[in-house]
Amino acid sequence: MLRDITLGQYFPGNSILHKLDPRMKIFLIIIYIVSIFAANSPVSFALVLASAFVLLFLSKIPAKLVLGGLKAVFVIMAFTAIINIFWTTGEDLWVEAGPIKIYREGVEYAIFMIVRVVALIIGSSVLLTYTTSPIALTDGLERVLSPLKVLHVPVHEFSMMMTIALRFIPTLIEETDKIISAQKARGTDFTAGSLADRAKALIPIMVPLFVSAFHRADELAVAMECRCYRGGEGRTRMTRLHLHARDFIVLAAHIVFLGVVIAMNIVF
Amino acid sequence: MKENIIQAKNLCFSYKNEDGAPLPVIKNLTFDIERGSFVSILGHNGSGKSTLAKLLNLVLTPDSGELTVGGIDVMREDLSEEDIYNLRRRIGMVFQNPDNQLVATIVEEDIAFGPENLGIEPEEIRRRVDDALAAVNMSEFARHSPHQLSGGQKQRVAIAGIIAMLPDCIIFDESTAMLDPIGRAEVMDTIEGLNRERGITVLHITHYMDEAVRADRVMVVDHGEILLDGTPEAVFSHVEQLKAAGLDVPQVTALTHRLKTEAGFDLPETLLHSADAVEALKALYDQIGG
Repeated sequence: MLRDITLGQYFPGNSILHKLDPRMKIFLIIIYIVSIFAANSPVSFALVLASAFVLLFLSKIPAKLVLGGLKAVFVIMAFTAIINIFWTTGEDLWVEAGPIKIYREGVEYAIFMIVRVVALIIGSSVLLTYTTSPIALTDGLERVLSPLKVLHVPVHEFSMMMTIALRFIPTLIEETDKIISAQKARGTDFTAGSLADRAKALIPIMVPLFVSAFHRADELAVAMECRCYRGGEGRTRMTRLHLHARDFIVLAAHIVFLGVVIAMNIVF
Repeated sequence: MKENIIQAKNLCFSYKNEDGAPLPVIKNLTFDIERGSFVSILGHNGSGKSTLAKLLNLVLTPDSGELTVGGIDVMREDLSEEDIYNLRRRIGMVFQNPDNQLVATIVEEDIAFGPENLGIEPEEIRRRVDDALAAVNMSEFARHSPHQLSGGQKQRVAIAGIIAMLPDCIIFDESTAMLDPIGRAEVMDTIEGLNRERGITVLHITHYMDEAVRADRVMVVDHGEILLDGTPEAVFSHVEQLKAAGLDVPQVTALTHRLKTEAGFDLPETLLHSADAVEALKALYDQIGG
């Protein structure tokens, strides 16, 4: 059962979004989020929504997969929409039924809010999580944040921790599976009993898992030392990231998009 | 004369007991390892063979004695961090559990880890990674994730990670112990290839007799002391002595030894490989039958 968990949602592919430099993508996502929140007229919201679908199309990722991700936030969207519709006051009263008053502004806000969330989720997942492998992402983050080293922020250590965590998650999941099987073979029932009973049944899983994780950490540290690891100082990297023309074209497109969104706010 | 990559004289090491009393594990070991040789270190559990490996790579520091590794006197008072670093670059170590040695989420990134730590130029790292992958026959798995690989494959990736640092000597600390028979065979072939084709000195710590046979020289460690030392033929001829130390001889050797001593058949002194044993038995059969 634990085997089905996929960490991160990287969807391998060969689209232009997959090929973009991870450092550039981090900047792009910032520009994109700024554009989404800068929008405040119907036309700019329409643009934002359209842009999300353009990105989705460019990524060549099955739309079903990405839109499926929206299900998780459906409750939140519905909740914010309802609050906006019923509690926003404005000038243009549409419906009045007893204590319930629905204004045009409320409905507008609700729609805008939904568009924002939808664009945010589609845009960020398509730009970043679906098209960037976790290792490229940590690598990109380390390089983007490297100027912070001047301020003694442990950027390298942080990215090393992320890499090791990503490396060991499948290993530890496998191990948890094994321990669960071993406990089941000894007659532990994880499904019956009260909540407290079931929580107690987890202790015999957590303890061996922790013991083995510490043991692994110890062995890994020795192995890393034997491979001459001594922190980020004087370390080189095999993969060198290169910015290509496409990176700048996409960047330019994003900046133009932000400009257009702001212009639409002013015009309409 | 050939140069020695490791020289140990009266090497001693003890762990601390729970009540602080020293628990001697390595007692007065004296031995040399010739550059370019393939040496197996045999011993049962707790014989001190893994501790010995850790001493040679300075994961542990000897209590007393002399130890020179790759021309560096590691017992020197002023041994610096830099010396230890240089030593580890030249003496690679592959451990037992392949899972606990791999750092990165992609095979080739993991192999690059060592050279990256050494601060080597990216182009050169790329060359070394490709070369190391080819050496362990894993080129097609370069972009795989380690958890998709079998135990033997993971261990070969771990070996490639060491090869990419271009060491003079690699110590295998029971690197085959956790593998299935297929994985063991893959790793043993890789180890043998490294020694024969690349001239890397190999120290193979194991408790599998059939693996020890493949070396040029076998050292048997028992209770922190060297019990036997010599060619596989010489060492495995001491069947009784090995059994007393809780070790076995290869099955073939045990069988022919019994045929010789218990049944009185006229067979050669020590037979290590099944093919040789078959030849010898055939010759014997022809002799008796014909």
